[in-house]
Amino acid sequence: MDKKQRRLIMRSAILALLGAALVFSLYANFTKDKVEAVQKGDMARDFVLTDLDGNTHKLSDYKGQGVLLNFWGTWCKPCEYEMPFMDNQYQIYKEQGVQILAVNVGESNYSVKKFAEKHQLTFPIMIDKNKQVQTAYKVDPLPVTFLIDKNGRIVDTLTGSLSEESIQKHMERIKP
Amino acid sequence: MKEVVNCECGHVNPHGTILCESCGRVLDDAQKDSKMIDMRYEGSARRSQTYNKSIIDKIWNFFSSVKVGVSLIVILLIASSVGTIFPQEQYIPPTELPKVFYEKEYGFSGKLYYLLGFHNLYSSWWYLICIAMLGTSLLIASIDRVVPLYRSLKKQKIARHEGFLKKQRLFGITSTDKQASDFEEIKKSLESRRYKVKEENGNILAEKGRFSRWGPYVNHAGLIIFLIGGMLRFLPGMYVDEVLWLREGEMKEIPGTEGQYALKNNQFKVEVYDKEEDQTFSAAIDKVGTIVKNYQADVTLYEKEGNTLPGEDAKFQKIKDHSIKVNVPLKHDHFAFYQVDYKLDELSEMTFNLMNKSTKETFGTITISLDDPKTMYKLQNGYSVELMSYFPDFEFDENQEPVTKSPVPNNPAFIFNMKTPDKPEGEVSFVAIQQTLEPLGENTYKMAFAGVDTRNVTALTVRKDLTLWIFFVGGGIFMIGVIQGAYWNHRRIWIQRKDGEIWLAGHTNKNWHGLKRDISMVLEGTNITEPKDQLEAKEVGEKEK
Repeated sequence: MDKKQRRLIMRSAILALLGAALVFSLYANFTKDKVEAVQKGDMARDFVLTDLDGNTHKLSDYKGQGVLLNFWGTWCKPCEYEMPFMDNQYQIYKEQGVQILAVNVGESNYSVKKFAEKHQLTFPIMIDKNKQVQTAYKVDPLPVTFLIDKNGRIVDTLTGSLSEESIQKHMERIKP
Repeated sequence: MKEVVNCECGHVNPHGTILCESCGRVLDDAQKDSKMIDMRYEGSARRSQTYNKSIIDKIWNFFSSVKVGVSLIVILLIASSVGTIFPQEQYIPPTELPKVFYEKEYGFSGKLYYLLGFHNLYSSWWYLICIAMLGTSLLIASIDRVVPLYRSLKKQKIARHEGFLKKQRLFGITSTDKQASDFEEIKKSLESRRYKVKEENGNILAEKGRFSRWGPYVNHAGLIIFLIGGMLRFLPGMYVDEVLWLREGEMKEIPGTEGQYALKNNQFKVEVYDKEEDQTFSAAIDKVGTIVKNYQADVTLYEKEGNTLPGEDAKFQKIKDHSIKVNVPLKHDHFAFYQVDYKLDELSEMTFNLMNKSTKETFGTITISLDDPKTMYKLQNGYSVELMSYFPDFEFDENQEPVTKSPVPNNPAFIFNMKTPDKPEGEVSFVAIQQTLEPLGENTYKMAFAGVDTRNVTALTVRKDLTLWIFFVGGGIFMIGVIQGAYWNHRRIWIQRKDGEIWLAGHTNKNWHGLKRDISMVLEGTNITEPKDQLEAKEVGEKEK
């Protein structure tokens, strides 16, 4: 009896080990693209960038506030489309503790300044010159928007252009 | 179900045993009548075929089956070959949608290929499950066979049961009187042939090459290590395979290093063979035009000092300079950088002269950095040029508005406002490559193109693989197993005395000819007759019928 029990335990243990290896492989294989991307529920990685007016913005300084972190490029049509909507909502929500940080993916000062002037953007715009922040956030393709709550946790990542209505909804989600 | 089988010799065998582990008596009724016994796994009880009660046992038994193992191999072989018919998803042009691409390129069969998931075969769930099942089968089938086989070979007695000897493929009986002296000679002769000879009560067991029986299991262990290596690639930090595009003069964080390392491209060049200098190639050069001698990226590797946040100015410590050429990678800290692609002559600067169109007189030169253009270019004597708009990769959109389709200066275009003493308000001019428009009416001045500055771009593969040695170890063990099982064989010769007769039986797991030769050489000069090959005798007998 003892021997049989030992055999059952041995067999179960080996099968469990092999099963675990299979589950791990499958899981790792199907999440390998996602692991690289920044996911919902992760803590947002801190960064420091200087905006067009020369003010430095450190993400962790905005603890206690919601942050809408947007990555964009001047040539990107969907980015351009959502910019005025973001600006309108910024005007409403900046008093309610929601900040917008718009990170350009490393273009020339000239292009970014022209773009900001053209659309009369009022939220802080910073240029990620050596592309460290976009690498940290695995940004590709544009536009990408991260919703960061007051605790610095990523509530959602949004790819593609946003309508004014959805921006407004998302601002509500991260309002402290 | 019986737990154990008691043999007449007193040995207690596990249930399911065919031949007694100790004396070799045939315990399985089905085999009692056959002329020869099945010697596979020494007639030991393959564990899987005994207990079959719980679900665990049923799963275990499924994977223990050789049929299942072979079926898995066949399925994987067929699937793997089908996966090579059309290119896998990662090798189709990155701009193409797989859904459209396969049908467009390969017609109906391409569509089917896509729908059945063969375009992404090697990481599909069912392929991975098949591989995992094969690994399970290898492990379980091996455990199930190697343990009882080891037991049987360890417990075998020198004197075997009559039935066991009689039913060996090589078997013979000699009636003789003068046995003792022959036995000594035979023993010596066997030992000189590197048999291990054991004697007990005048019975001899000569054995050689037992370790070759472990060959298949060593081989399987190697395969399992190989599979583990493949699995470890999924662990973060074990395996990196990225591409890094780097312009001349540009310094970038190396992907896969979490910001620890940065690489700077000092120069990239493509050298070609010269017809005059390299006479050997002159005929070939005449035939094809140019032949590349060298692709080379001169780079500097930097390591970041201290912990800085992304975006923060970091201090970098230079580690080394290196010229990366094809097959001469830069290696550092398990990372290797290989030359993989390049782009020559990307525009970096453009130079224009402010010129009076009619007099051709110039009033200064401006050089525009395409990465970092300025808003205003001041010239002397009250002349200046304002850059009103800049399109690095210019095209007209659907509204005939100038736009840029990327941030890369592939096709730069500018809108200038030329301010001159005679036109203080300025004149607007749209300048693209080989194209000038004057949207607000005829101008007196123009921006005359004066030259470009270009730079080269290199593409490097960033590779890190900490699992490679596991594949080498696995592959090495695999080969050792193959050699062990293939170049040696396990030969045994039993010689026993029974009532004035000498019984001789022989068994080998392969190469019967070698065993027969060994026996005939050992018996040379003795009056013991050579044993008969019962398998050949049987075949001859069947033919004669």
